[in-house]
Amino acid sequence: MSTEIAPTDPNVRIRVPRARVAAAADDSQPGSKIETKTVGQVTVADAVMTARRVNVHYGEKHAVKDVSLDIGRNAVIALIGPSGCGKSTFLRCLNRMNDTIDSARVDGSITLDGVDIYEKRQDVVQLRARVGMVFQKPNPFPKSIYENIAYGPRIHGLAANRAELDEVVQTSLAKAGLWEEVKDRLDHPGTGLSGGQQQRLCIARAIAVDPEVILMDEPCSALDPIATARIEDLIDELRQNYAIVIVTHNMQQAARVSQRTAYFHLGELVEVGATNQIFTNPRHRLTEDYITGRFG
Amino acid sequence: MSEATQARARTSQQKVAAGLKRRYRAELRFRSYGIAAVALGLLFVAFLFFSIISKGYTAFEQTFVRLEVSYAADKIDPDGKRAPADLEGANYEALVRQALRERFPEVTERGDLRKLYGLLSGSAETVVRARVLADPNRIGSRETLWLMADDHVDMLVKGHIDRNVPEDERSIDDRELGWIDRLTAEHRVEVRFNPKFLTGGDSREPEQAGVRGAVMGSLFTLLVTLFLSFPIGVAAAVYLEEFAKRNRLTDIIEVNINNLAAVPSIVFGLLGLAMFIQFFGLPRSAPLVGGLVLTLMTLPTIIITSRAALKAVPPSIREAAFGMGASPVQAVLHHVLPLAMPGMLTGAIIGMARALGESAPLLMIGMVAFIADVPKTLSDPATVLPVQVYLWASSPERAFVERTSGAIMVLLAFLLVMNAAAVFLRSRFERRW
Ligand SMILES: Nc1ncnc2c1ncn2[C@@H]1O[C@H](COP(=O)(O)OP(=O)(O)OP(=O)(O)O)[C@@H](O)[C@H]1O
Ligand SMILES: [Mg+2]
Repeated sequence: MSTEIAPTDPNVRIRVPRARVAAAADDSQPGSKIETKTVGQVTVADAVMTARRVNVHYGEKHAVKDVSLDIGRNAVIALIGPSGCGKSTFLRCLNRMNDTIDSARVDGSITLDGVDIYEKRQDVVQLRARVGMVFQKPNPFPKSIYENIAYGPRIHGLAANRAELDEVVQTSLAKAGLWEEVKDRLDHPGTGLSGGQQQRLCIARAIAVDPEVILMDEPCSALDPIATARIEDLIDELRQNYAIVIVTHNMQQAARVSQRTAYFHLGELVEVGATNQIFTNPRHRLTEDYITGRFG
Repeated sequence: MSEATQARARTSQQKVAAGLKRRYRAELRFRSYGIAAVALGLLFVAFLFFSIISKGYTAFEQTFVRLEVSYAADKIDPDGKRAPADLEGANYEALVRQALRERFPEVTERGDLRKLYGLLSGSAETVVRARVLADPNRIGSRETLWLMADDHVDMLVKGHIDRNVPEDERSIDDRELGWIDRLTAEHRVEVRFNPKFLTGGDSREPEQAGVRGAVMGSLFTLLVTLFLSFPIGVAAAVYLEEFAKRNRLTDIIEVNINNLAAVPSIVFGLLGLAMFIQFFGLPRSAPLVGGLVLTLMTLPTIIITSRAALKAVPPSIREAAFGMGASPVQAVLHHVLPLAMPGMLTGAIIGMARALGESAPLLMIGMVAFIADVPKTLSDPATVLPVQVYLWASSPERAFVERTSGAIMVLLAFLLVMNAAAVFLRSRFERRW
């Protein structure tokens, strides 16, 4: 399935039929008044992170428009949508990775456990220890496998001594399903592993600091189907302990690993709902067009 | 596939095949141009090395004359007290002259004697003094010593003076020739390795002149340059590349750094003269000031190459570090800088090599003076190798020609050692992935 769409005129706003907006409002939980054009329920009962009316501009470019979304505990939420619709941008708001881009400006509020992460008092370093990230291209540090995993615990001072650090390295690698493969060569360079192993190393690196949320931006797009299947299994296991937000272009993958799915279009969050509902019974026409492959 | 498309495919294949030959020919031609260019370059380098080494190796050798010197007690220490001051101040020149007169007893006339004494270098007496001071028990005995000959004797022995030109056009007259020939016949003349060329300072007497002063001057100057320009340059590059916001000010700074890299080096010399010497009152001719001036000159180069090295570090490494919660400084120190270090070292070595060969800005701050003493500190007056080459090249004595080439050889060796150190360091950093 191709995910490319012919770029529509950016000035054209998505017009959501009135009736559907009303339906969306009906869906929202009683008591919570969230102003949103998104179809479906953006809130969840047990949210670890909440985003409210988030807007992101890159200079003049309005990349994310008025997005409100909850990230539920111990669940996987998939962000899907055509290329350039702002999935990565939104994802990177959740751990303030956009701070590293000079032109990016983020408005709105995002909370982690009820605390606004964009507040002045929030320490970015601490935030990123709580909201880990796995990137599209595996990017292990050009250091040994051991050092890759140990880096996070070390800079955050999580291990008191070498034995504890060894322990963290082993459990993280084990959780990422990599321990058996690399236990005899922890001192080999992380960059010498295969692509799939590297990506699992990056996941192990992220969970080594014991975050609450793991953000994954197309983590399997550079991998073959077998490596992809392993990572998907891994994501399913990790769900026991972490909240996971995954951006993917692979509909089957979204369907396989996630419990909720959010569909983005031209910077707007068009529809969000339970994954099987989105894939079997999308309520918005744009969502339907996208998942049935009518785009491009 | 239809007939027509098949036919079309066939003719395309033929066209490709026809073009293929032309392409290979072009490729071959291009390759041979490249090889020719490299070969030409190597030829020039080989020629340069050959001409310098063939001219310069003799600077490491010097003509010595074997003489029996008697450490006459009445000349060195008449009152027999062995007082160090007496031993130090005794007239050793007289002993050397005595030794010469013993060889040539028939020479008695004053003018002739002066010529005879002129066969030996003025440094001969210091050799004799050193022997006595090392062991005062030698007083009263005789010893055979190899004493350095004067430079014009050396030139004759090395074949740089033509015996066949008329006597009045030669720097050595027939009588001196006779003496030298007699000494040679007695196997008293030998061309031997001359450590003084490497261990001595500059001198007006070519046979006594050495490169040590210039080598130490270059070393001190480059150390100052390295220890200032590398940290400052790397820090500036890291700040500009990793931390500074892109705005008008940083753009202006960037343009200015690029322009500074192209400023003729003599301008930095003038700047150094005005700033370090006239304003801050630092000493003239000092390696410290030379190093400061060369720092100004090399900083732009180091900043530019360091920034290029930082740019070459893939952004994914920074993202990975930030994603793990590293602070910007941690991301740079732990990940970016180690990866950029080999490139930065390359830049530093290019800058240092240029600084080593630089003479113009150092002329402006007085490092061109004649300095016989080997500098011991950063503020002693000194000169540097390229300036020493220039000074010797412009000296009239024939014997300075080989010394000029010899000094160039030392300069090249210095450069090779420096580059080897940089290559070693770079491979050390690269091995740490
Ligand atoms: N650093 C940036 N500077 C300026 N514009 C950017 C930047 N990053 C992204 N954009 C723009 O913001 C919009 C959203 O980009 P984003 O990367 O979030 O899309 P995406 O949904 O992740 O796309 P893809 O599926 O191709 O990864 C795009 O139009 C993109 O051109
Ligand atoms: Mg993306």
